[in-house]
Amino acid sequence: MSQIKSSRIVKKPPLSEAAAGLLAWVDSRFPLTKTWREHVSEYYAPRNFNFWYYFGSLALLVLVNQIVTGIFLTMNYKPSATEAFASIEYIMRDVSWGWLIRYMHSTGASAFFVVIYLHMFRGLLYGSYRKPRELVWLVGMGIYLCLMAEAFMGYLLPWGNMSFWGAQVIISLFGAVPVVGEGLAQWIRGDYVVSDVTLNRFFALHVIGLPLALLGLVVLHLLALHEVGSNNPDGIDIKKKLGADGHPIEGVPFHPYYTVKDIVGAVVFLMLVAAVIFFEPTFGGLFLEHANFTPADPLLTPPEIAPVWYFTPFYAILRAVPNKLFGVILMGLAVMSFFFLPWLDRGKVLSIRYRGWIYKSALAVFVLSFLGLGYLGTQPVTTDSVLGLPIAPLMAARILAVLYFGFFLLMPIYTRLDPSKPVPESLT
Amino acid sequence: MNDETISGPGSSLDVDAARRRLLGTAMGAMAGTGAVAAAWPFLASMRTSAKAEALGAPVETDISTLQPGELRTYEWRGKPVWVLKRTPDMLETLKQNDSYLRDPKSSADQQPPYAANEERARSDHKDIFVAVGICTHLGCSPMFKPQHPAPEIHPHWQGGFFCPCHGSKFDLAGRVYQGVPAPLNLVIPPYRYAGATTLIIGDDEQEKTA
Repeated sequence: MSQIKSSRIVKKPPLSEAAAGLLAWVDSRFPLTKTWREHVSEYYAPRNFNFWYYFGSLALLVLVNQIVTGIFLTMNYKPSATEAFASIEYIMRDVSWGWLIRYMHSTGASAFFVVIYLHMFRGLLYGSYRKPRELVWLVGMGIYLCLMAEAFMGYLLPWGNMSFWGAQVIISLFGAVPVVGEGLAQWIRGDYVVSDVTLNRFFALHVIGLPLALLGLVVLHLLALHEVGSNNPDGIDIKKKLGADGHPIEGVPFHPYYTVKDIVGAVVFLMLVAAVIFFEPTFGGLFLEHANFTPADPLLTPPEIAPVWYFTPFYAILRAVPNKLFGVILMGLAVMSFFFLPWLDRGKVLSIRYRGWIYKSALAVFVLSFLGLGYLGTQPVTTDSVLGLPIAPLMAARILAVLYFGFFLLMPIYTRLDPSKPVPESLT
Repeated sequence: MNDETISGPGSSLDVDAARRRLLGTAMGAMAGTGAVAAAWPFLASMRTSAKAEALGAPVETDISTLQPGELRTYEWRGKPVWVLKRTPDMLETLKQNDSYLRDPKSSADQQPPYAANEERARSDHKDIFVAVGICTHLGCSPMFKPQHPAPEIHPHWQGGFFCPCHGSKFDLAGRVYQGVPAPLNLVIPPYRYAGATTLIIGDDEQEKTA
């Protein structure tokens, strides 16, 4: 009763009390606090995350950048063969800050692949694809495929000459499929050649179709990860040792520990990206190829068609094979091999820290072959030397391709033979 | 409480599991069929439209001013189509290439029947070479390289077409060399002559009816 009496003096509740009231109101209708706890403030991650664990959150940051800058580019871009090239010039010259938004988007595309490749390499280092994280890895590979399609279609949109011929070459790969190939390629183009029709449908897929798929897959990736818990540089399961509160003793809540750590990573990353955006947005022709500064011309092939750097390892494999269909199949396999990693790896330990010299050498050879193929994919094939060495680029690519596939095909054997070290009980 | 009062749809006591499974499967099959049927218009909408097909109409060209050894490029269906008037010397070189070629007899279906010969041309104008100027490897447009010898291209180069993208080589009849990525000879489009100096690219209907 005294409560009711005192309420005659109407006092506004303090703000925090009002906010708590509002939160309680929401929580009884929607699992807001519950979700926040489950995925952020009470998601326990191993306490020993190192440098390699920055790239997941950085990938999310770049995704947000691509979506936001993409929306603003769409406001001025025209997806038509007669207007696309000019509308990009318009964005670059006449739209206020248009140059910045476009360079953020184009640099973001390359940054996305840098981050994703490092993120995947982290998985290889610490065995993050191994049981029980197979689905995290598979969904992640789905994201990677989606990202490749997104980047490929996005590259057609400026309607530069490399846009055009790159698309022409890649779509014609489908023509290698026996019987239905030519019809399939024409169905993808919607025309006899890459044309206005193709540009328009690539635009639709680039700005809405694939981004929706990407976002959905990212949600699945995180849900799968949070179900099984994060791996760590020691490859030890921290869920085996739980404290009195039911949380892993060797884990720390994602927030504030890793949110703060990731912010530091993001700041450094943004400094590097900003340097590229402001001082070298074409990155010497790697991020934006020189031939793309002239409009698309169906009758004039650029002297050397090369995809953007993030596709060149696979492109080098494609053209190293002197048979079209077999080349396409090998290129596809080069990408798809990653999907099978969880089942190819028969090692007793997860982390590189406790693997023996065999796996360490195999991984080193693989990384070198990937980088080597990536380099060769940017180079013309008409020379007879590579970096001054007396070897034809195609032959070099064939050797590296064998090493590349050897990493996957021989994995069940060498991971079993690998003399691994004992894994400690606790995180180091 | 007897069995009747708690029995009814959804209760576990009188479920005919087989019947439910049948109904469920039938429902699923119907819904699946419907989904496939509904997807068809969307997938079919991505086919070549009537307008794009109309834009792929035949191209009429005048070859009266074409000089021996001259190559002209026309656009048909957005693709470069070469028209090359070969000199007698050039035609002579075609006989010497066979052992270096993948398909010297043009046995693969890359040309209309009337062009499946050594010159890969209609018999009434054997000197005129008409071909789609797109490499059969990955769709680049090869370069016209009539000068020979050219050992940097091929030890036995008699003039032809060289693809700068991946190094595929073709002779002056568009026949592909061995040991290059391109699997097939260049495509010869349907074409016909209307009178002595008019070449129609993309149409050979009159030939068939004649």
